[in-house]
Amino acid sequence: MLYSPVQPMHIPDGFLSTLVSIVLWVISAISVAYALRRVGKDLGERQAPLMGVLAAAIFAGQMLNFTVAGGTSGHLLGAAIATILLGPWAAVIVMTTVVSVQALIFQDGGLLALGANLFNMAVVGVAVSYFVYTSIQKLARGKSWGVFVVGALAAWFSIVIASLAAALELALSGTSPANIAVPAMGGIHMLIGVGEGLITVGALTFLYAARPDLLHIGEAAPKGSAAVWTGGLVLAVILAVLSPLASAHPDGLEWVAEQQGFLDTAQGPLYNVIPDYVFPGITNEAFATIVAGIVGVVIVFGVALGVAYVQRKRPTT
Amino acid sequence: MHLHFLDPYQHRASPVHALDARVKFVLTLAFILTASLTPVAAWPVYILLLAVILSVEILSGLGVGYVLKRSALALSFVLAALPVIFTIQGQTLFTLPIGAWTLTASVEGLERFVSVALKSWLSVQAAIVLAASTRFPELLQAMRAVGIPRLLAAMFGLMWRYLFVLVDEAMRLMRARAARSGRGTEAGSRSGGSVAWRARVAGGMAGSLFLRAFERSDRIYVAMLSRGYDGEVRALPLPPFTGAGRLSLAAGLAFLGLLLIFGIAFWG
Amino acid sequence: MHHSIEIEHLSFSYPDGHPALRDVSLHIAPGEKVALVGPNGAGKSTFLLHLNGILPAPAAKLPVTGQGQVTVCGLPVGQKTLGRVRAAVGLVFQNPDDQLFSPTVFDDVAFGPLYQGLDRADVERRVTSALAAVRMDGYARRVSHHLSAGEKKRIAIATVLSMEPEILALDEPTAGLDPRARRALINLLRDLPMTMLVSTHDLALVRDLLPRMVIMDEGKIVADGPTDGLMKDGELLEAHGLERPA
Repeated sequence: MLYSPVQPMHIPDGFLSTLVSIVLWVISAISVAYALRRVGKDLGERQAPLMGVLAAAIFAGQMLNFTVAGGTSGHLLGAAIATILLGPWAAVIVMTTVVSVQALIFQDGGLLALGANLFNMAVVGVAVSYFVYTSIQKLARGKSWGVFVVGALAAWFSIVIASLAAALELALSGTSPANIAVPAMGGIHMLIGVGEGLITVGALTFLYAARPDLLHIGEAAPKGSAAVWTGGLVLAVILAVLSPLASAHPDGLEWVAEQQGFLDTAQGPLYNVIPDYVFPGITNEAFATIVAGIVGVVIVFGVALGVAYVQRKRPTT
Repeated sequence: MHLHFLDPYQHRASPVHALDARVKFVLTLAFILTASLTPVAAWPVYILLLAVILSVEILSGLGVGYVLKRSALALSFVLAALPVIFTIQGQTLFTLPIGAWTLTASVEGLERFVSVALKSWLSVQAAIVLAASTRFPELLQAMRAVGIPRLLAAMFGLMWRYLFVLVDEAMRLMRARAARSGRGTEAGSRSGGSVAWRARVAGGMAGSLFLRAFERSDRIYVAMLSRGYDGEVRALPLPPFTGAGRLSLAAGLAFLGLLLIFGIAFWG
Repeated sequence: MHHSIEIEHLSFSYPDGHPALRDVSLHIAPGEKVALVGPNGAGKSTFLLHLNGILPAPAAKLPVTGQGQVTVCGLPVGQKTLGRVRAAVGLVFQNPDDQLFSPTVFDDVAFGPLYQGLDRADVERRVTSALAAVRMDGYARRVSHHLSAGEKKRIAIATVLSMEPEILALDEPTAGLDPRARRALINLLRDLPMTMLVSTHDLALVRDLLPRMVIMDEGKIVADGPTDGLMKDGELLEAHGLERPA
């Protein structure tokens, strides 16, 4: 299989509670809508084909894997390089495009979970990349070594912080306890981040040699970037502090998850007609469960077989 | 070389394929939302949802086997939910001694785990059916219909168009790398270089891919300008809704709504 | 009666200072079919980009320098006439993958008419007739990426035919085509009535299709005359990196 759809950062549907999914959808939608407005204002007509094709390039670039050790391989995620090449607003759009198309076409990440995945990769990934990138660029004062050090660090931090966000979302949804999800996701991505950093530097080296003008070294930052810088800082700090805290006190987060699980279903039960029975009319619980199971299986196969039968009888169109 | 295999669309002459993409898109989202909202351990509802999606798979002519094979690829994520079996407290199911530790599995934990895995499996099947039965351009129209901004829709379209072209290029780069990745004949010589070096090589390839993308986008921009592009993204108005489309949408939503009420009423 | 294309003393340099065109003057009458030949880097593509005002880049804001006047169909090419000029000159680029940037064939062929501000019915009519003109009826719903090189080329031509241009400017139309696709393309171009300027290395195509030939080298026009006459001058062809077709 050339394209492996399993990437640990792309959360599938089912793993996030509805509330977490919807809240993150709203946050992501607002962020993307704002980024779209900024891109339209700052960059103009030239930008549409550039962002679209670069999104395709990042997708294709994710296939350029390299062997790390023992059958595992590193590959690119792309938030950092997109930020460095296009600036934060366009990078949000590019990553949104990549992550959305991956979910829609390749089921790489869920559709209801897409809001959360966009938040992790397009919002947190880009904001953290931008924060790290501009901070160290300032220290390097436009020197070229800055680009490479910065590229590696921005890539590493964006991956690790985004994975912490994903871990916290899972913990908040009551799917994976924080004291396991945070160290596991964070740990894996500290390694994956090294690969991301190395590839990002490789790509920057190539671009620096071929078209240094694309890297905008020493150019003035675009307007409004202070807000992104602050956003990146805040997100990085909150996630870096919150996740170990949550990991050390999983009960706290669990409690939130429970509360929220309660909220999710607070409207029911609507009809308490048969509260004590698993299956209407049968009092023995184990027996009723078995009957329910059999009825379920019969329903599934009955419906499926019925459809198959009707389908076969239909004249071929 | 053309990478058709990347495009998940599978052409069949089925009513599922013929259904208005907007209806399919909304119903898929509604199905996933229903699965998400269905309470833990509401097994009959999960079974009914499974019956629905399996029926759609058969009706679409894609076949249950095709969808199940693809859905299996996306399921490794369930590992992330495995710990809940042991961390949720409740009626003890079994205990697992590991050295000095003892893990206690609970019935409630197992129920939560199986529910999460089922939700995920049902949702991914729905997403697979949508992608395999709907051409991407129609999906794009459906997204415009539910109100995603035009510029974003244009991005999705451009990305999808050049995905295949750039993946072709990435494959050519990788083939060129493989063709030159020989192994030394001397005993004990280590081939392949260090990890950092390999990463740098992959990075260089990614860089050249980005550079080509930049240059291609320049040429595309010129091609757009020469046909009158002025920076604003324009598109034809969407085709009108048919009565059949409206009816399927209403019936589908009503059915999913009933399932959800049923689930929440008895297991909520 | 105006000329289709009138170019007076056109010069142009790229940002790195490299001069691409030096004092080029050329007149082409309506309905004329002209070949533009010369070695790689002679300035042919740069010249074509001037025909509908892509260069000297008022919109792309490139720091380039150019002078001279380009007039197409009686319209002096400038910021104010850009819209009409682009509708009058259909530019077909060398690589159809650059020209076909939409998800479907229909969207691509409809792009030009859509930007001309036509309504839905007109856009659809234009798309149908453009696809018919390149003998690709029924391809509207197809995905460009899955077409063969010859089919892509014909769709690329349809994307400008749908704008109903007076002038068709093609850059290397036969590059990369197999003999059958090439032959089909030549037959297709022969049937199109508009003024045509074709930049190419394919001298057999020039001989079969284009009665007038312009040779460019190092940004200058070095010869301009009937194809039959210039083709006989083996020395001239060789001096400018060309080869008489078998």
